[in-house]
Amino acid sequence: MDIQEIRNVGILGAGKVGIVLAGLALDAGYTVRISGSGSVEKIALTIKTLVPGAIASENADVVANSDIVILAIPLSRYKNIAPALLQGKLVIDAMNYWWETDGIREEVLDPSSTSSEQVQAYFHGATLVKTFNHMGYHNLQEEARSAGDPKRKALFVTGNDHDAVDTVASFVDSMGFDTVVHYRLADGIMTEPGSPLFGASLRRPELKDIIDHFDQTEFGQKIAAQTR
Amino acid sequence: MVDIDHLEFGLETFGDIVANEDGSLQTAAQSIRQIVKEGQLADELGVSVFGVGEHHRPDYSVSSPETVLGALASVTDQIKLAIAVTVLSSDDPVRVYERFATLDALSSGRAQVMLGRGSFTESFPLFGYDLTDYDDLFNEKLALYDLLRREKPVTWSGKFRASLKDQDVYPKTDHGRLETYIGIGGSPESIIRSVKVGYKVIIAIIGGQAMRFKPYIDLYHAAAQQLHRPEYPIAVHSHGFIADDEDEAVEVAFKNIKANFDRIGLTRGWAPMSREQFDGETKVGSFYVGTPEHVAQRIARTIAQLDLGRFDLVYGAGNQTAAQREHMIELYGTQVIPRVKEILAETAVAK
Ligand SMILES: NC(=O)c1ccc[n+]([C@@H]2O[C@H](COP(=O)([O-])OP(=O)(O)OC[C@H]3O[C@@H](n4cnc5c(N)ncnc54)[C@H](OP(=O)(O)O)[C@@H]3O)[C@@H](O)[C@H]2O)c1
Repeated sequence: MDIQEIRNVGILGAGKVGIVLAGLALDAGYTVRISGSGSVEKIALTIKTLVPGAIASENADVVANSDIVILAIPLSRYKNIAPALLQGKLVIDAMNYWWETDGIREEVLDPSSTSSEQVQAYFHGATLVKTFNHMGYHNLQEEARSAGDPKRKALFVTGNDHDAVDTVASFVDSMGFDTVVHYRLADGIMTEPGSPLFGASLRRPELKDIIDHFDQTEFGQKIAAQTR
Repeated sequence: MVDIDHLEFGLETFGDIVANEDGSLQTAAQSIRQIVKEGQLADELGVSVFGVGEHHRPDYSVSSPETVLGALASVTDQIKLAIAVTVLSSDDPVRVYERFATLDALSSGRAQVMLGRGSFTESFPLFGYDLTDYDDLFNEKLALYDLLRREKPVTWSGKFRASLKDQDVYPKTDHGRLETYIGIGGSPESIIRSVKVGYKVIIAIIGGQAMRFKPYIDLYHAAAQQLHRPEYPIAVHSHGFIADDEDEAVEVAFKNIKANFDRIGLTRGWAPMSREQFDGETKVGSFYVGTPEHVAQRIARTIAQLDLGRFDLVYGAGNQTAAQREHMIELYGTQVIPRVKEILAETAVAK
């Protein structure tokens, strides 16, 4: 899918990140639909007040009417969504394992692979790209800037499907961030909690530098040792 | 419109370990006694509220804040005594009521409850709770606390605690109801929850520009009106450090507040705070650091922008010396608070 074909953005998860991304998408001119785990009534007032213009809805409607879908729910909850719902969709995975909400890691994640690989395996009919996950929600909100701004920050975008990654990179750019792109979903681990990139908001050269030399970071070495 | 005459100014400490002048650290016991001294000082200076956090970690001295506040109750006169915050989810609402009702008795009605999650989670495994139940725990315990707070016999049953049948809890307070806040972070869900139970709200703004919370405050008021629930002025708490000299203030804060944030970050996998981030926080963000004038200007601005009824400064982060802590409290009480009111009065006239 080409970036020009993306007009409708769907966000699953009406929490801190979902709402910030909804605001950025509205600012970028997209039509935005957003849902929480429950009924529309539960989030209607919140959406109307915090991101006026976004359409509060429920998961099925959000997905059906969107060209791109963002998963912004706790990682431990993704299996509450039926895999078929995202069949054929371009999906952004903004999720991380976060022990405070997700609980014991082994109960949420199989230690043999990365979280996004497992989310992709579950939503096997969807095309998954990981991004928006490594910057805190208030940085996402405050640091979105137009292209060319010297203070603009960058996000890491990665996935297995070349075209999908490129489209999502353009989408991220339209939302106010530069990008550093990889074509390997498993590289999502580079921005997970524990990484020097998690919670950091960096300009493109700095982000790229750490990504390029990831194997030299302490976290990179730890990951390498685990997968060896 | 900010009601300057009723504005409240608080000080809160998480009970960080105090440093000696030579850089060595005081014991936890010494640090606790230092807090009592500081609470007294705050009371003498006319600060409205003194809050002490509850933590169960080596880097903080206070795990039983009501005991510390109990000591303070008997040596202070006017200051309200708060726990910032009581981690209700891993506590027993009956005990929470009893402890605060006792504190309220000791302090002649100055106890203040703040219920929340706090920035740490170590109390969950410690008291045998599962963090993934956080929301359910909080909702259930809040409902029970709310019944107990009415000071009438309670009949209640839930998932996480033994049922109560027509059960009274003691002591009753002199004025019949404990003043109660809910402490919240950035989640819209918790705003709605606070509105539903009808408590006052204190927002922890620990990073970024205060203005970013404006929509949440609008949400609070919109929800209160829609649900016909009581509306109160919002309170905010943020970190800060005040010294006579701007550079000194910035350096002490950088060393201590950053160290504190980085240490928390480490356990959660966040990258350490960069100097750029830190400077952003002190210039336009939520660290109130600098000379009394600078800090007063920034607090006044936040109060005006968000239309607050109360501002609490979190002091003592990291390992500051007793002298640094006490001097900062003095500057806050004698210079910052009057100056904030003055600035707000001037802007009100200008308008
Ligand atoms: N916080 C950050 O700074 C940050 C930054 C980047 C990425 N992330 C990641 O983004 C994700 C969301 O984080 P958050 O901080 O926004 O969490 P949050 O504030 O707790 O919000 C989570 C939202 O997901 C909704 N949800 C749960 N299950 C759902 C389902 N089956 N269908 C639709 N919605 C569902 C929740 O709705 P209910 O309330 O109805 O359950 C809630 O609105 C997490 O994976 C996190 O790791 C967080």
